[in-house]
Amino acid sequence: MTRSTDNRWLSRYATLTAAVTLVLICVGGVVTSRGAGMSVPDWPTTYGYNMFFFPFSKWVGGIFYEHSHRLVASLVGLMTVALAVWLWMKEARAWLRWLGVAAVVLVVLQGVLGGLRVTALKDELGIFHATLAQMFFVLVSAVALFTSRWWREATPGRDGTGLRQVFAMATAMIVTQLVLGATMRHQHAGLAIPDFPAAYGKVWPAMDVESVARYNQLRSEVVAANPITAAQIGLQMAHRLGAVLILLVVLWAARASWRALGMGSPLTKLSLAWLALIVAQAALGAATIWTNKSADIATAHVGVGALTLVTGVLLTLAAYRCLVAAPSAVNALAQAGRSEREAELPA
Amino acid sequence: MKMTVKTLTMAVVIGALQTLSAAEITGKVKLTGTAPAEKDIPLDANCGKVQPKKITTRHYVVGADSGLANVFVWIKEGVTKKGDAPADGPLLDQAGCEYQPYVLGVQVGQKFKVRNSDPLMHNVNATAVVNKGFNFAQVTKGQVNEKTFDKQEVLVRFKCDVHPWMFAYVGVVDHGFFSVTDKDGNFKIAGLPAGKYTVEAYHLKAGKSTQEITVTDSDKKEANFTLSVPAAQ
Repeated sequence: MTRSTDNRWLSRYATLTAAVTLVLICVGGVVTSRGAGMSVPDWPTTYGYNMFFFPFSKWVGGIFYEHSHRLVASLVGLMTVALAVWLWMKEARAWLRWLGVAAVVLVVLQGVLGGLRVTALKDELGIFHATLAQMFFVLVSAVALFTSRWWREATPGRDGTGLRQVFAMATAMIVTQLVLGATMRHQHAGLAIPDFPAAYGKVWPAMDVESVARYNQLRSEVVAANPITAAQIGLQMAHRLGAVLILLVVLWAARASWRALGMGSPLTKLSLAWLALIVAQAALGAATIWTNKSADIATAHVGVGALTLVTGVLLTLAAYRCLVAAPSAVNALAQAGRSEREAELPA
Repeated sequence: MKMTVKTLTMAVVIGALQTLSAAEITGKVKLTGTAPAEKDIPLDANCGKVQPKKITTRHYVVGADSGLANVFVWIKEGVTKKGDAPADGPLLDQAGCEYQPYVLGVQVGQKFKVRNSDPLMHNVNATAVVNKGFNFAQVTKGQVNEKTFDKQEVLVRFKCDVHPWMFAYVGVVDHGFFSVTDKDGNFKIAGLPAGKYTVEAYHLKAGKSTQEITVTDSDKKEANFTLSVPAAQ
């Protein structure tokens, strides 16, 4: 068995697995957005059938979304096993082979979590299921990056300690934001705050017991939704504030990259794409509220959210790959900031 | 044999006396304020075939003389003799892709039936908080399942995730003294022993109201409630 670090088709296959994983996240998003997660009460069977032989005529209403999610999840599971086997057979780097094994462990755990969410009737498990989905997407995307030609040929060059840190910080903030978002969605309570940019007509909404009871009374749900709680209102406010902070930090990161590496750098181009994704994500968040959590918009918010996370992770990894940490050098960020301040000082 | 007949006769007489001496609370729940318009429910193609009518949400069902339907009225405090649950439990039906009734009451430990009257699949998902929830499939028309709850919980939401607009509520009380208002807001709680009670009228959107009521044997008391549409601010 010949192992190498140059496996073009393996890299393409890893990219394909990541793309199908994104599709799976979106299908999962549709299931939650449409409140269809419990429409198939059994697992791993579907209404008593082996899930691969469930008659298409019975794919109705919420069952269509939930059953499709299970099938796409099975496909991703199989693709992940194949990826791990391929890595084990052809990849020369041992740590990367073990990443493939880790992906299999994660995808199995994810499947079991999804099943337990159904059979144990626990909404809380949905939060872990949604978060783990994002982590799995990150892992498979990272495998695609590590097996790529770019990664193999990249050589550490310019100083970029500050940039690496700012990319990592913004990515960590996005992870926190995604966990907040998953927690909100898996309360199955609809919109905890129905207006934006105000919140119940105020900058900060009242969250006392009487006010929350009145919010629940004033809601006119068409589909079943759990009652909202003060904690959920707090979560949504934190999510809104988090969005503003992320927007500012990613803007800062893109600007710093531009100033330190120039417009021609792939890192600058990717960081600008990241900024565009963050702006789109913020717009989708607002639209989610304005459309009263329309299933399509809310699902797009989940999908673009996953893309912002993966872009942040890939950017951070790429920065750690091709920028050096020079302790004696002034980091690019500080340098950029100081140059700006110096330019503003009178001569 | 003679002993048995005598014992049975005495039991019947005591039972009859207890019934005759039991008190009753009747009344009406009225709604003040203008209820928001109900929203139309867009049915999917399959449900459209079994439900010829246009259906709407049922947050405020207001009848004659501002009577408010679907209010769960129950003795919240004061019941000392809880009694056994009747063997014959009520029915929660799924017909025309709607739950009927929208609000139902059962006693702790009382078996109640859930039926699928539609020629299509539903799932029955009881999202209980205090009780243990359940979620099961009803795939064929006419399928009936019996269920019970073992703890008091007002109200447990039932929903169908296949058709997410289908939801209803079941009030679970650890005694038999409860009622749900009819289309004109009327209710009756019968068979009460003499005592002092706190009666609560609870509506999911119009809130709750309580009254203290004392009844003696064979009293027929009236208790009327007024609930309001909450103000927006």
